[in-house]
Amino acid sequence: MTDSAIQVAALTKTFGPVTALDAFDLDVAVGEVHGFLGPNGAGKSTLIRVLLGLLRKDHGEAVVLGGDPWRDAVALHARLAYVPGDVHLWPNLTGGEAIDLLGELRGRVDRRRRDDLVERFQLDPTKRCGTYSKGNRQKVALVAAFASEVELYLLDEPTSGLDPLMDSVFRGCVQEARRGGATVLLSSHVLAEVEALADRLTIIREGRAVQSGTLAELRHLTRTSITVTTARPVSGLEGLDGVHHAELDGTELRMEVEPEAMPSVQRLLADHDVLSMISSPPTLQQLFLRHYGQELTPDELAETGP
Amino acid sequence: MSAVPGTEHRRASTAPPARSHGPVRELTGTRRLLRLAGRRDRTVLPVWSVALLGLLAATVASIVSLYATEAERTQYAVVAATNVVARAFDGPMSGTSLGAIVMTESFGILALLIGIMSVQAVVRHTRAEEETGRAELVGSAVVGRDARLVAALLLVLAANLGVGAAATLVLIVSGLPVGGSVLAGAALAGVGVSFAGIAAVAAQVSETARGANAIGIVVVGLSFLLRAVGDAFGSLAETGVEVISAWPSWLSPIGWGQQLRPFGEARPWVLLLFAGVSVVSILTAFTLTRHRDVGAGMVPLRAGPARASRWLTSPAGIAWRLHRGTMLGWATGLAVMGAAIGGISNEVEELLQTSDDLAALIGAMADGDTLVDLYIAFALVLLAYATAAFLLQALFRVRSEELDGRVEPLLATAVSRVRLLGAHVGWAVAGTVVILLVIGVAAGVTSGLVTAEWGARTADWVLASLVQLPAVLVLGGIAVAVMGWLPRLGVPVAWGALIGSLVIGQFGGLLELPQAVMNLSPFTHVPAVPAEVLDPVPLLVLLGLAAALYAIGFLGWRRRDLQC
Repeated sequence: MTDSAIQVAALTKTFGPVTALDAFDLDVAVGEVHGFLGPNGAGKSTLIRVLLGLLRKDHGEAVVLGGDPWRDAVALHARLAYVPGDVHLWPNLTGGEAIDLLGELRGRVDRRRRDDLVERFQLDPTKRCGTYSKGNRQKVALVAAFASEVELYLLDEPTSGLDPLMDSVFRGCVQEARRGGATVLLSSHVLAEVEALADRLTIIREGRAVQSGTLAELRHLTRTSITVTTARPVSGLEGLDGVHHAELDGTELRMEVEPEAMPSVQRLLADHDVLSMISSPPTLQQLFLRHYGQELTPDELAETGP
Repeated sequence: MSAVPGTEHRRASTAPPARSHGPVRELTGTRRLLRLAGRRDRTVLPVWSVALLGLLAATVASIVSLYATEAERTQYAVVAATNVVARAFDGPMSGTSLGAIVMTESFGILALLIGIMSVQAVVRHTRAEEETGRAELVGSAVVGRDARLVAALLLVLAANLGVGAAATLVLIVSGLPVGGSVLAGAALAGVGVSFAGIAAVAAQVSETARGANAIGIVVVGLSFLLRAVGDAFGSLAETGVEVISAWPSWLSPIGWGQQLRPFGEARPWVLLLFAGVSVVSILTAFTLTRHRDVGAGMVPLRAGPARASRWLTSPAGIAWRLHRGTMLGWATGLAVMGAAIGGISNEVEELLQTSDDLAALIGAMADGDTLVDLYIAFALVLLAYATAAFLLQALFRVRSEELDGRVEPLLATAVSRVRLLGAHVGWAVAGTVVILLVIGVAAGVTSGLVTAEWGARTADWVLASLVQLPAVLVLGGIAVAVMGWLPRLGVPVAWGALIGSLVIGQFGGLLELPQAVMNLSPFTHVPAVPAEVLDPVPLLVLLGLAAALYAIGFLGWRRRDLQC
C-alpha cells in the first residue's frame, strides 16, 4: 500500500445534475510518471482539485501521499506542487514576485534552482503578470512548481500555451523530477507528451477510468497498421478474423491487424511473396480514439498519425 | 490578453468594400453586441431601475401626505433653505412647491445611484470584457472596432432614458405638474448619461475594470461632494425659501440636475450641459480607443522587481497588496468628506443658535444635549454607510479572487483556507477601523480649526465615528456568512442589507416605518453619540452578532467547494 503516491477508488463527485467523476479509480505508484489522458470535460481537472482538497468528494476513497486530501490539505500541500492548466495570476505582481509567492507559501524555495529555471524557460521575471501571455503565465506556475523539491507533482495540462521549444524544457524538468524520485501525475490531451513521458497511463472518459496500464499493455489492446506490397495480389483475407479496413489496390494492400490475427496474416502474406512492408505500431492516438467509440479510417489515421 | 498588432487593420483592408464606408464598417456588429449586452444585463439593470423608481415613488407618496398645506410646505422650505447641513445633503431648495420638496428629498440620492449604475454598466461591457479576454474573442469575429463601446453606451443610454421616463410618469401620477416632471426625469437621465460618458473615458484609461470602476465612482462621489460644498456655501435668496448655490455646484452633473430646478423657476437650458459633457467625453473615449491596443490601457506598466520581498510572501502579505490601493482611496476620500463636515461646524452652530424653528425641529428628534451634538451624530452616520460600502467591497475581493481563479493556486500551497480568508477579513476589518478613525480625526481637526474648540469637542467627533464600528461590522458579517455558505448570493444579500439600512436610516422617519422594521438596521441600535450617552450594551450585542456571523462564514468557507 505504501507504494502508492495516489490511490483513488470509486470516487464520485457531482455538481448539481452533472456527474463529473463517476466511481473513478486511479492508482499512481511512487516514483512514476503517470499519464492522465482524456478529452476536455472528461473530469481531469475535477479529480486533481479533489486530490488538492479544493473540492470535496461525494463518495469513494482518495489517499494522497498517505493522507486525506481534504482533512490533511495543508500538510500535504507542503509535499506537493500543482500547476493548473489555466494559470491566473495577480496583474500587478511581477512574474518573479508570483514565483516567489507561490514557492514560499509551499515551503522553501531553492534560489539557485529558481533562477536556473527562469533562465531555461526564458521568462522575464520583471514583467507584470497582467502583461504576460498565456504561455508566460504557464511558465510562472511551472517555475514555481519545479523550483520546490517536493514528492509529488500534480500537473493539469501544464503545457497548453507553451511553444515546442519550451515544451522540451518542460519534458526535461519532468524527467529530472523523476530521476530525483518524485512522482508526477500528468494530465493531458496532448498524446505525444504522454507517450514521451509517461510510464503508465490512465484514460478517463465521462468521469470513469476506461483503461489503465503501461503503454505496452495498452498498445497490446489495439491494432497494428500494415502497408504491404506483394508480387502477386493477396487473396484469402476474407477468411481471417481480426483484420480490419483492408484495402487492396493491385499489389498494394493496406490493413489493420489485431494482435491475435498477426501469425495467420504473416503466413498468408508469405505465400504472396512480400516485396516491401511497412508496419507501424498502434499510436496512442488510435488507442485514445478507440476508447471514444470512433473507428478510424486509414485516411484519418494518416492525418492523425504521430 | 495581448492583442495581435495589426489584426484590425488587416481585417479592415480585406473586408468587402461594397456599399460600406469607414465609420459604418467600424460599427459592424453593434446591433448584435447590444442584444448580447442587454441579455447579460437583463436582471441587473431592471433591479437597479425598480429600486430607483421604488425609492422615488415611496418618497413622493410620503411627501404628498406630509406636506399637504402651503403652511407646512413653507415651514419645510425655510428650514431646507437656511439649514447648512440640509443644503449640503439635500441640495438647493427652490420654492415651496411639492415638486421642490420632492427634489430636495430624493434627487441627490437618486442621482448618486443612477451615476453608479451607469458607471458600472459601461465598465461591465467595455473594460471588463477586455480584461477577461472575451472582447478579443468577439473582436476576432465580424465586429467593428467601435462596436463594443457604442453598444455599451447605447444600452446605458436606453436604461437612463427608461428610468428618466418612468420617473416622469411616477411624478405625474403623483399629481405633480407635467412640465416639471418631464424636466426632473430628463435631469435624472442627464446625470446618468453624463457619468456613462465619463466611465467610457475611464474604461480606456485604466487597464483594469476595477480601476475604471474606481475612477468612475470617485467622479460620481466627487460630484456629490462638489455640489454639497457649493450648496452649503451658497446664499439665501430674498424669498427666504430659495438657495443661490456657490460656483462648486456648477462643476457637478448632480449639481446641474438640481440647478435645473424643474419645479421652481426652471432652467431647461441646463440640459445642454449634460449633452455637452456627454458628447465631449464620449468623443474623447473614441479618440482614446484609436490610440491603444485591445486589452491595453493608456498608462504603460513599468518593469518591477524580479524577486518578491519578504513582506509579500505570506497570505497576509499578498492580501495587503490586493487591499492597500482600495483602502488608501477610501480613506482619502472619506477623510476629505469628514474634513468637509467638520469644517462647516461654525455655520451649523450659528445657524442652529439663530433659528428657533430649526432648533425646535431638530431638538424634537432626540432628547440630547446640544444641537451641534446631534449634527455630529447625524453627519457621521452617513459616513459610516460609506465605510460599510468600503468593508463590503474589501470583503468581496476574496470572492472575486476566487472566481478569477487566483485563490486556487494559493490554496494549493501549504496555506489553510482559514488563514487565507482570515488575511482578507483581517485587512478589511483593520481598514474599517482605520477609516472610521480617520473620518473622526479629520472632522475633529477641521472642526477645531474653524471653531477653535479643541479637547472634548474633538473627542466627540472621533467617538461619534468609532461608535459606528459595531454596526458596520455586522454588515460585513452578513457578507462573510453568506459568502461562506451560499457564495452566489453574497453580493446581492450584503449590498441589499447595506442599502436597506441606508433607506431605513434616512427615510425610515419620513416613510413612518414601524419600529420592528427600523430595528432591522444595525445602525438603529447605535446610540447617537455625543447627543446621547454612550450605552455600551447595544454596541456589545452588535459586536457579538458580528463575531457570530464571521464565525459562521468561516465554517462555511472551510466546508464548501472552491469555485473555479
